[in-house]
Amino acid sequence: MNQTLAASTEIRGRSLWQDAWQRLLRNKAALTAVVVLAIISLLVVAAPWLSPYEFDEIDWDLISTAPSLENGHIFGTDSVGRDLFVRTLYGGRMSLMVGIIATLVSLIIGIAWGATAGYIGGRVDNIMMRIVDILYAMPFMFFVILLMVFFGRNIYLIFIAIGAINWLDMARIVRGQTLTLKNKEFVEAATACGVSTPRIILRHIVPNLLGIVVVYVTLTIPQVILVESFLSFLGLGVQEPNTSWGALVNEGAQDMESAPWALLFPAGFLAATLFCFNFIGDGLRDALDPKDR
Amino acid sequence: MTKLLRVDDLKVHFRIPGEGLLRPRHKTLRAVDGISFDLDAGETLGIVGESGCGKSTLARGILGLVPVTSGSIWLAGEELAHLSARALRKRRQHMQIVFQDPLASLDPRMTVSEIIAEPLQVFEPSLDKKERKHKVQGIMERVGLLPNQINRYPHEFSGGQCQRIGIARALVLKPKLLICDEPVSALDVSIQAQIINLLMDIQEDMQLSMLFIAHDLSVVKQISHRVMVMYLGKMVEATTRDELYRDPRHPYTRALIDAIPIPDPTIERNKKFEPLQGDLPSPLDPPSGCSFRTRCPMAADSCAAEAPTQREISEGHWVSCHFA
Amino acid sequence: MPWIPKTADMPLLEVNNLRTSFHTNDGEVYAVNDLSFSVEKGETLGVVGESGSGKSQLVLSIINLLASNGQLQGSIRFQGQELVGMKPKEINRIRGNRIGMIFQDPMTCLNGYLTVARQMTEVLMHHQGLDYASAKKCSIEMLDAVHIPDAKNRIDRYPHEFSGGMRQRVMIAMALLCQPDLLIADEPSTALDVTVQAQIIQLMNELQQEFGMSIIMITHDLGVIAGISDNVMVMYGGRICEQAPVFELFDNPRHPYTLGLLQSVPRLDTAGSAKLHSIPGNPPNLLRLPPGCAFVDRCQKGIPVCDQKQPRLREISPEHRVACHLEELP
Repeated sequence: MNQTLAASTEIRGRSLWQDAWQRLLRNKAALTAVVVLAIISLLVVAAPWLSPYEFDEIDWDLISTAPSLENGHIFGTDSVGRDLFVRTLYGGRMSLMVGIIATLVSLIIGIAWGATAGYIGGRVDNIMMRIVDILYAMPFMFFVILLMVFFGRNIYLIFIAIGAINWLDMARIVRGQTLTLKNKEFVEAATACGVSTPRIILRHIVPNLLGIVVVYVTLTIPQVILVESFLSFLGLGVQEPNTSWGALVNEGAQDMESAPWALLFPAGFLAATLFCFNFIGDGLRDALDPKDR
Repeated sequence: MTKLLRVDDLKVHFRIPGEGLLRPRHKTLRAVDGISFDLDAGETLGIVGESGCGKSTLARGILGLVPVTSGSIWLAGEELAHLSARALRKRRQHMQIVFQDPLASLDPRMTVSEIIAEPLQVFEPSLDKKERKHKVQGIMERVGLLPNQINRYPHEFSGGQCQRIGIARALVLKPKLLICDEPVSALDVSIQAQIINLLMDIQEDMQLSMLFIAHDLSVVKQISHRVMVMYLGKMVEATTRDELYRDPRHPYTRALIDAIPIPDPTIERNKKFEPLQGDLPSPLDPPSGCSFRTRCPMAADSCAAEAPTQREISEGHWVSCHFA
Repeated sequence: MPWIPKTADMPLLEVNNLRTSFHTNDGEVYAVNDLSFSVEKGETLGVVGESGSGKSQLVLSIINLLASNGQLQGSIRFQGQELVGMKPKEINRIRGNRIGMIFQDPMTCLNGYLTVARQMTEVLMHHQGLDYASAKKCSIEMLDAVHIPDAKNRIDRYPHEFSGGMRQRVMIAMALLCQPDLLIADEPSTALDVTVQAQIIQLMNELQQEFGMSIIMITHDLGVIAGISDNVMVMYGGRICEQAPVFELFDNPRHPYTLGLLQSVPRLDTAGSAKLHSIPGNPPNLLRLPPGCAFVDRCQKGIPVCDQKQPRLREISPEHRVACHLEELP
């Protein structure tokens, strides 16, 4: 009787991801961070509809005014009379975009490179990892400044430059993980079942890497945002009238005594976002590592 | 009777990077050093030895999971040791393996059906989804798993059930040869018996040939037709099961049999025996002559000078000892 | 070894209604449930059980080394002293000194970065206030006692320079340094090869005769139990299902689980090829223990009451206790 009853209803399993998700939901700090980050992302995406002003619209009558509800500039205006609220959100767009796209670039290259090197091993591994070492040895800032000098300031260059550097870390982490995974019995079992090498990498290695990778990604995104902010702060980042949090902080810092709001709002958003990513990263690490339960 | 598997003078050596920065001297680890045996269709050969004796490497060598240094492996009349990786992959459907650690041998991110269906996807890609699922559920039932568990993940099962999943994966292609690498040593006693019974059943049903690797002579006694005892990569004794337990000729085999505690206080406490002293010597630096001489109660000078050869002391009973 | 009869004296270790629970995300887990037993001086108690039987948590409870989410209830009296609720400082004075411990994997208990000498002398200097020279002398004597060849020189080596069997000997030597009254061994031979296991068991028997300590031997190997224990306690689902002197237990097992366990061991001394008796089903999940007997869904002799009521641990003959409803039947 049990048998027939059982056969009719298939029991749904709970995957490790679902388990991890459950654990993440129980983590208050991480959950708060997710919510805050979601709100910031929503604001950033919905920026054009939230404010009557354009991000590059100059109001000559209101230069460097303090935040006020009456004139609608709730975050105040900057030194050329643009609405700071819209600019902060637009800046956030740029910052988050740089963060996410550059991280994605580094993710894809890093996983492919690291997993291949780690799984195949031997001479291939040696050559691939020495290339990584050589790229590591290049001074990053020098590399970016050179790019800027040769090709002019261009936002896509920033993506490429940051992504090109960040995948090195990812490749190393992924390779290390792959080396341990490669010796696991389930990979041996797959080999014994006749599964081909590319398929083993795709079906067994990569999915089992994702835990580590996801954690690393949440820690890379804020790092990339910071790098972009730093570049903007140096004047190498995005170009006017486009902006990013880093660029806004830079502008705000120049006259922070007379107009502190121009520094505080973008800096606050930047800091909050970084905080959130770090909390989520921490939470994910705990959630994905069931041993620490 | 046709021989399904014939292994002839198989050697698996690993090169271990030596110490020293300027002139590192490579050492050779002779994990499997000249093993020969054959296996009939439907027969079970038990391979016994302590950890580090090379029994797992032997299994992996036969399956081509580690590169073979020399020797030959014939499976159903076909030489495997010198096939290309590609050609070897095609033969894998005829030989499968069940691992020691049930949970570690299953990909934690895959469902049971994905795990069991994996070999099907490789060797029978023409099957559609429904047929595949049908096959998976069929084999699950055969190994004693409820077919409705098909979408669960390995971590939701106990050790014994995980081992059943591993067996199902190995059997789904209906292989001719099944290699079991200590399939029960990580399991609880009451579960061990279940798995051993299951393997015995299946073997009879499917007329499988089995290599059953264990460190425990009592488990091997239960399941094997013939038994081979290994020590430091070499065969020390091989014969039929009954003969081995009735009349063990090699001192190491005798020591192994004596060392197993018997679950009966009256027998166990009146057992008079001297356990083997010392530990397994390093396989990197095996003793000269007979590799067992450092622990052997019968060792004489001739044992250090000359390695014993394998002799057939009676029909099908092979021993390599100077005194047998 | 002679069976040591109970004396009127206070037992060395007396555990009463011990309950160990863990607070987990999936709810409260009772790893040890309402456990009572005692160990006499010089006695060897064998504890048998499968994974999830709570046998390892029992050990950790006795020496108060539970994970941070664990909770102890009941009473553990060691030489008349109550260990439950004792201050960490006081329990440290007992642990390692009056109670020695051996674990399954010596490598996790030995510090790989310190020499054996350093780790052994530390114990003696801490617990017995010896100076380094005499502590080292003591340690060498103890290594000799566990038959480590060339102990004098080997003591200055690091743990990884020893083989598995030798490491376990070092662990035993360390556990015995302060000549404890109770030695707790948690699967000391499981990770070892059979020939080495035989050496270790023989050594423990020999040492017990020499030092006269009591031993709690936790294992899943009934053969080991048969060779070493005076008294055997079979655990299932965090409870005792049967306890008896070793000969009585093997000759007259009363609990269906004990019987099943005994029958499912492949034995060298009996015939091969016939099917093994096996206990169907899987070890219980401590998270979802049934309201009645934990063994009920694997038991072939179950009666209706097994599903509803926890069986009582009943003394059916002197020193033979069984928790099974079948024993209650007229």
